[in-house]
Amino acid sequence: MTESTYRIQGATGEWEVVIGLEVHAQVTSNAKLFSGAATTFGAEPNAQVSLVDAAMPGMLPVPNGECVRQAVRTGMALNAQINRYSRFDRKNYFYADLPQGYQISQLYHPIVGEGAIEISLDEKNPDAHTKTIGIERLHLEQDAGKLMHDQHPTMSYVDLNRCGVALMEIVSRPDMRSPAEAGAYLKKLRSILRYVGSCDGNMEEGSMRADVNVSVRKPGDEFGTRTETKNVNSVRYVMATIEHEASRQVDVIESGGTIVQETRLYDPDKNETRSMRSKEDAHDYRYFPDPDLLPLELDDTFLDACKASLPELPDAKRKRYESELGLSAYNAAVLTAEAETARWFEALLTESAKAQGKPEAEVAKAAANWLLSELYGALNRMAKTIDDSPVSPAAGAELLALVAGGTISGTIAKQVFEIMLETGEGAGAIVEARGLKQTSDTGAIDAAIAKVLADNADKVEQYRGGKEALFGFFVGQTMKAMQGKANPQMVNELLKKALG
Amino acid sequence: MLADQAMSVDSKTVKKIASLARIAMSDDEIEAMVPEFNGILGWVEQLGEVDVTGVEPMTAVIPNVLRLRDDVVTDGDIRDKVLANAPAAEHGFFGVPKVIE
Amino acid sequence: MTDLTDLGIADIRNGVRAGTFSAREVATAFNANVAAAKALNAFLIDTPEHALAAADAIDAKRAAGEDLPIMAGVPIGMKDLFCTVGVEARSASKILNGFKPTYESTVSQKLWDAGAGMLGKLNMDQFAMGSSNETSAFGNVISPWRRNDGGNAALAPGGSSGGSAAAVSARLCPGATGTDTGGSIRQPAAFTGISGIKPTYGRCSRWGVIAFASSLDQAGPMARDVRDCAIMLEAMSGFDPKDSTSLDLPVPHWEAGLSSNLTGKRVGIPKEYRLDGMDAEVAAVWDKGIEWLRDAGAEIVDVSLPHTRHALPAYYIIAPAEASSNLARYDGVRYGQRNLPDGAGLQDMYAATRAAGFGHEVKRRIMIGTYVLSAGFYDAYYTQAQKVRTLIARDFERVWDSCDLLLAPTAPSAAFALGQESDDPIAMYLNDVFAVPASLAGLPAMSVPGGLDSQGLPLGLQIIGKPLDEQGVLNAGLAIEERAGFTARPAQWW
Repeated sequence: MTESTYRIQGATGEWEVVIGLEVHAQVTSNAKLFSGAATTFGAEPNAQVSLVDAAMPGMLPVPNGECVRQAVRTGMALNAQINRYSRFDRKNYFYADLPQGYQISQLYHPIVGEGAIEISLDEKNPDAHTKTIGIERLHLEQDAGKLMHDQHPTMSYVDLNRCGVALMEIVSRPDMRSPAEAGAYLKKLRSILRYVGSCDGNMEEGSMRADVNVSVRKPGDEFGTRTETKNVNSVRYVMATIEHEASRQVDVIESGGTIVQETRLYDPDKNETRSMRSKEDAHDYRYFPDPDLLPLELDDTFLDACKASLPELPDAKRKRYESELGLSAYNAAVLTAEAETARWFEALLTESAKAQGKPEAEVAKAAANWLLSELYGALNRMAKTIDDSPVSPAAGAELLALVAGGTISGTIAKQVFEIMLETGEGAGAIVEARGLKQTSDTGAIDAAIAKVLADNADKVEQYRGGKEALFGFFVGQTMKAMQGKANPQMVNELLKKALG
Repeated sequence: MLADQAMSVDSKTVKKIASLARIAMSDDEIEAMVPEFNGILGWVEQLGEVDVTGVEPMTAVIPNVLRLRDDVVTDGDIRDKVLANAPAAEHGFFGVPKVIE
Repeated sequence: MTDLTDLGIADIRNGVRAGTFSAREVATAFNANVAAAKALNAFLIDTPEHALAAADAIDAKRAAGEDLPIMAGVPIGMKDLFCTVGVEARSASKILNGFKPTYESTVSQKLWDAGAGMLGKLNMDQFAMGSSNETSAFGNVISPWRRNDGGNAALAPGGSSGGSAAAVSARLCPGATGTDTGGSIRQPAAFTGISGIKPTYGRCSRWGVIAFASSLDQAGPMARDVRDCAIMLEAMSGFDPKDSTSLDLPVPHWEAGLSSNLTGKRVGIPKEYRLDGMDAEVAAVWDKGIEWLRDAGAEIVDVSLPHTRHALPAYYIIAPAEASSNLARYDGVRYGQRNLPDGAGLQDMYAATRAAGFGHEVKRRIMIGTYVLSAGFYDAYYTQAQKVRTLIARDFERVWDSCDLLLAPTAPSAAFALGQESDDPIAMYLNDVFAVPASLAGLPAMSVPGGLDSQGLPLGLQIIGKPLDEQGVLNAGLAIEERAGFTARPAQWW
């Protein structure tokens, strides 16, 4: 689905949906943004809370340099403007998950300014349908604590473990026009964050979540009034939120109503959005520069080090896989979509090149094909991720080298791989122990061919009469007779000779 | 600028501010606060006269740079201290009146 | 034998080091004075055991032949704004009722490390908001001073560090911590005939000090004379990585650097401080101060700080704005008192807790601060005030081209009677008209006694210095002290 085609059919005609996303990504760091408490997930309640996080009287924030560094690196990866001068501001409001009575954030001078992400709307042909989504800003802020409402009949319980954990808020321009575009944007952003290593992108544990801004308009009209659906925590839910919220808005407008600018919640069980209990006060956050903190000023040394530490990013990697390794656009796209896959692939490539004594470009296609079909297939069956793969890149390379060197055929390689998955043994050892080595013994192959031709005299006749398509049949029969262990190239040659 | 605005707050505004600041106030207290508010605001509004063209707002009163901490866990694991003064603490949590979201 | 409570910080330390008396004897004597002075209401909490324990530790060190630190055996009073482990810290507000910190403020820890002990927590204006001590939730401090008219009117000790000022002046302690946001050390020091210095912003860590207005708050010592201030400031100062605004600089040896010879120094007299209708006795003491500094070798120059009159209104936007946010944490969830009316929800609990917990002046400032930061008003008030603050700081920077120090009165009047100005907030705010500009610019400034007025009440002289030039300020203070010969002390009536 591309931007020009996603339309909602209303009673009064077609509607276009306008989408902007504010993504909150937890910065990968050991300690919190302004305190030395740990950030790990799943600790006992209030065990990862410092006196600063609990906003004890007289406690003061001191910024964590790693969080600043990660925000800058992320900004660089988004081709965004890095602001050498930024400030932390206080966003003031009262809630039980916010002990200070304010969140330290960045409104007036964010650390990262405008940037962009290029999304692809066609996986098979990534360069054909691309769209640039503008990034308005990226800023650092504190996460809030957590409330539990179901532990006590009259009380809510407050756990401040998450309170003060560093978040990057990444605000897009309202540039998306379909749920698919929003999904592609989120996936791409997640991929970039994981490449950079600034966020683990784990949506289940809440380390990445999105506020979804949606409005509708007749194509060509001004922007409509938007609603903001808070804290949506999966790509699928974001897309569902947009579909449902856009339809709801069209229904409201077409039945004579108006859209209220409000905060909504997505309910995955009912698959609908609903208005959050309206706050008694209109939001007035009274932002002002945090007087406990000085302006954050970044120098060249810091910025250069950030730049130097950036890995190759998914788009660059994908293009390089195509141009230097000769991979198909689709394979290159799939291999580079996740940093883990690309890392695994590159390790496989290195090992393969080493094992076969060839340049990487010559072993890349076979490696990519094997990874995407055999390894992925196996991982899918086992419901494992590539990081938990029972087979290492080196073991994979050993297997591929046996195929490339003619020791085993592709068919045997599949069997060997199954045994590797089951036993953890190496490919060479399996082939050796089970006698799977491919034979290039012309005598044995000739004998098998002779038998096949004799058993199928009628087909030999037809072949010689011009039905050349039967050649594959003879190959198959010969391989079968050789239990798959014959060198296929040799079978071809000898068969041709025998058939005259 | 301030001088031109000749702002004067009424009881409705004071009530809204009290609500924003989460300070419960009776109508009488609100009424009593109105003239105090206007007295102080009227007095500080003289700042509007000052020509501040091209002047940046103060950020750091004494030249100083914001230092950045190393990313090391140096704190936490002090739940007893965190909860020691809480009016209502149960099972390791702070307790507040039930919130309906 | 001399009454040990007549001794100041230097004399006590020197006596303890020399073995003339023990630290325990000193602590015991001051504990007795504290216990006998309830009528002043200077102490909110007495901690005699803390003072004795610190004293015993010093005596033991001496017995072991160890070197004794710079505040060895000196018991002090601690303003209630400082958090000390296990001792209720309330900032003189009901909202912190029962709050016992599990942590020690950097400044108090440094004082204990320097050999001092704590006599108790000192009364103050609630959250340091006030200039008379009348905003304390626990009753105002009464100044030990009385007018010589025989009327015995109860006088304000000044504020917000009024308990500190009264306690030092009444010989309940040889020194006390204060904090100064817009004059809270200097004005009460002037009112009670003692010395007090607010150092350069960033010298003393704010960690563990209950915040009023973060960009202005600075701790400092209040003591009987300049030397004692120098010693105590040295003990309190120093870089703290836990405070992002702390200055990463070594602490000078201010005591060792004391010199009242001002030859080569230029002292500026800011003409804008000579207000229309200025109290004649205040003006006269100022003139005397000018003569004393000239006598000490300084060159006197007339200077101008053109934005002075805008300082107070700028302060009364910036300080309440910061306070409105700093005080949002007092919500009845993690510490202090909680008011939970029947059936109240979370937000109702906040409003009820804060209504019952904060005093009127605190509420007023929180609300003014909330207003000036609210949507539509932020630029007109807060941004404008911060720009004016830049201009005020620039005034000072410019004036340092022609002088090294500034001399001005500390306060526009001597101590007033309690209740006299509490009905009119702006009249009360005007007490800090001379003190606030240096606060806005983060400069070191000190008040030393200049003399008595015709009613027998002390008047203070204020010295303002360049950033980080506490030494220059202390030296000029010493020059005045030597020439003023101020020996007056309040007659004991409590």
